[in-house]
Amino acid sequence: MTDFSRRAALKGAGAGSLLAAAMAAGLLRPSDALADWNKSAFAAKTVGDALQSLRVTSPTETKDIAIRAPDIAENGAVVPIEIQSSIPGTKSIAVLIEKNPFPYAGSFDFAQGALPFVALRVKIGQSSNVRAVVTAADGKFYTAVKEVKVTIGGCGG
Amino acid sequence: MADPMKIRARLEGDVADVRVLMAHPMETGQRKGPDGKLVPLHFIQTITAQLNGKPVFQAEVSQAISRNPVFGFKVKGAKPGDKLTITWIDNKGDRRTDEVTLAAG
Repeated sequence: MTDFSRRAALKGAGAGSLLAAAMAAGLLRPSDALADWNKSAFAAKTVGDALQSLRVTSPTETKDIAIRAPDIAENGAVVPIEIQSSIPGTKSIAVLIEKNPFPYAGSFDFAQGALPFVALRVKIGQSSNVRAVVTAADGKFYTAVKEVKVTIGGCGG
Repeated sequence: MADPMKIRARLEGDVADVRVLMAHPMETGQRKGPDGKLVPLHFIQTITAQLNGKPVFQAEVSQAISRNPVFGFKVKGAKPGDKLTITWIDNKGDRRTDEVTLAAG
């Protein structure tokens, strides 16, 4: 790695662009490569587009995903959500807030003994379904929704 | 440099129940500041948790995560003395890594 940065820096210096070289070296840090940020899914403005970018195809509605969230959230800026999957071989859980400007809120991957559970706090702009999508080890997709009513929105202000 | 995370990891048997609080504004890019201009997007994008150096929990998230994010997750097969390391990286390339050692009970 060090070697590569050095070469990149030398090359960049040759081209008279140290900044570009520094950026290239920064972008290639090994820990960044671990988790790719799915830009197109996050930029999607509809649930359908987001799921397509996440390569989720025909998810099965299931009761095996438990979504714990308040029925009515007084403050949409901080809505606590807990998602627990009892689907065997759950690899990841994606969270979509259907009525937010960008519905895809994130996804959580589990490995090496991590249990298929995640707790998070999200912003919800207006009353919306919160959708969880589970990717199982066999490549199948499962989904569940929970409606959250919001009295004060969490976006803008 | 961002403020340290607060990591609380409680062992229940061999399951580590982890809760982490990160100090971050999580700006959505839609909020107006006092000057009437939109506050630019600034949010954590990726989170990685490792137990003794092995990745156990990874996340990619958007600006829809609340300010000063709190995440909870659980890791089975953990024991006292294990090291839990959590790293976040935001859209400006800022990062923060903190580590805790799991304690019994």
